Amino acid sequence: MIGLINYGMGNMHSIAKALECAGGRVRWISRPEHIDASIERIVLPGVGAFRDCMKALKQQQLQDPLLEHVHAGRPFLGICLGMQALMETSHEFGLHQGLGLIEGDVLPFPAQLPEQGYKIPHMGWNDVLLPDAPHPVLQPLVGRQVYYVHSFFCQPRHDQEVLGECEYGGIRFASAIGRDNIIGVQFHPEKSQRAGLAMLASFIGWCP
Amino acid sequence: MLSKRIIPCLDIAEGRVVKGVKFVDIIDAGDPVEAAIRYDEQGADELTFLDIRASHENRDTLYHVVTDVAEHVFIPLTVGGGIKTLEDIEKLLHAGADKVSINTAAIRNPDFVRQAAERFGSSTIVVAIDAKRVADHPPRWECFTHGGRKPTGIDAVAWAKRMSDDGAGEILLTSMDADGTRNGYDLALTRAVADSISANVVASGGVGTLQHLAEGLTEGHADAVLAASIFHFGEYTIGEAKAFLAEQGIPVRMAD
Repeated sequence: MIGLINYGMGNMHSIAKALECAGGRVRWISRPEHIDASIERIVLPGVGAFRDCMKALKQQQLQDPLLEHVHAGRPFLGICLGMQALMETSHEFGLHQGLGLIEGDVLPFPAQLPEQGYKIPHMGWNDVLLPDAPHPVLQPLVGRQVYYVHSFFCQPRHDQEVLGECEYGGIRFASAIGRDNIIGVQFHPEKSQRAGLAMLASFIGWCP
Repeated sequence: MLSKRIIPCLDIAEGRVVKGVKFVDIIDAGDPVEAAIRYDEQGADELTFLDIRASHENRDTLYHVVTDVAEHVFIPLTVGGGIKTLEDIEKLLHAGADKVSINTAAIRNPDFVRQAAERFGSSTIVVAIDAKRVADHPPRWECFTHGGRKPTGIDAVAWAKRMSDDGAGEILLTSMDADGTRNGYDLALTRAVADSISANVVASGGVGTLQHLAEGLTEGHADAVLAASIFHFGEYTIGEAKAFLAEQGIPVRMAD
């Protein structure tokens, strides 16, 4: 069973449907007791502001059970803001603490990008630049584009935690990060048509 | 490289896809879920639904259409028409929309877009602008509401800039002069807006040929192009449109 963290932000139905379409069974998690032994893997989605996401996780008392899940070695996928929440700190609307599972920051695209013809948010279909031996969850994305929509990006401190990159306005940023049983993606697999569903299917089958 | 987006637009009335010319002479163009699935298979990058009736009693029908579509296609869905409150936005997002398109409500309450962007995020908020040319030398455009019937006196380029500064992530820019003519986008309008704001610009209104799509992206500087009739009646597929754009060196996502 996949636990889908529901903290009242974003398009939960789409993610649930996409996970089901990719072969998963989904339980919505809005309270700590929803995370029991039957939850094999967790997906943290996210649309909106970083501070609201962290605030909601704390208010719903989901932060600790979520960290316990990760520390127990079970697979965890963060999507978009859910990926950014993995980092130590974000600079969106002031400085805010994240889950701190990946060392590093969340930074904004430079405000002068639009003057150079690069709009903010970075919105649309772009590449996932992968190494020759991609992470198993990202393997289905080789040579395909995925859907991004974001104004901030993750900058992990350790290069080996960058699993895939994307380039926009001359900036190469981490489009996928992770280590051990954790993976985070900046793009929206649930909105990336067949490529995204294939990635979700490989997350569902992933045994780190 | 970031691809330019091709967005088929489905005008919805009473749960059906419809097509009109200059917002009148409405004809039936089919079932929205079937149309959405067809466009998804052809490789559409996003879909836009505009509820052109937007009446209170039809609201539930629209939510059902959105939910139904979101269960079948996994690409971004923008929904617009008749959004007045933050609660309307929340309901549409819960129904399965990824972005909502706000038009009249933004003009009535200029603070609405800032509030909506703060609550739901810029990436969720699209402002639709229906612009009509009111002067030629130099060109000037004005915002209209109520399907292009009511002038507002607001300069369209200045308004787009304000909405972008207030947090709209995207401007859906329709030329009321070009809409339904099949003579191409108002490229001067598209370019004037695209060059003066940081938000994404979707060009809309007037597409009759694949060359028009290319012009919107190259000469109009748009980030995405929206079209309805050339796709609805099977004149061109999305795949044909993308192949044409790719031949001209425009970056597009080829469907897999």
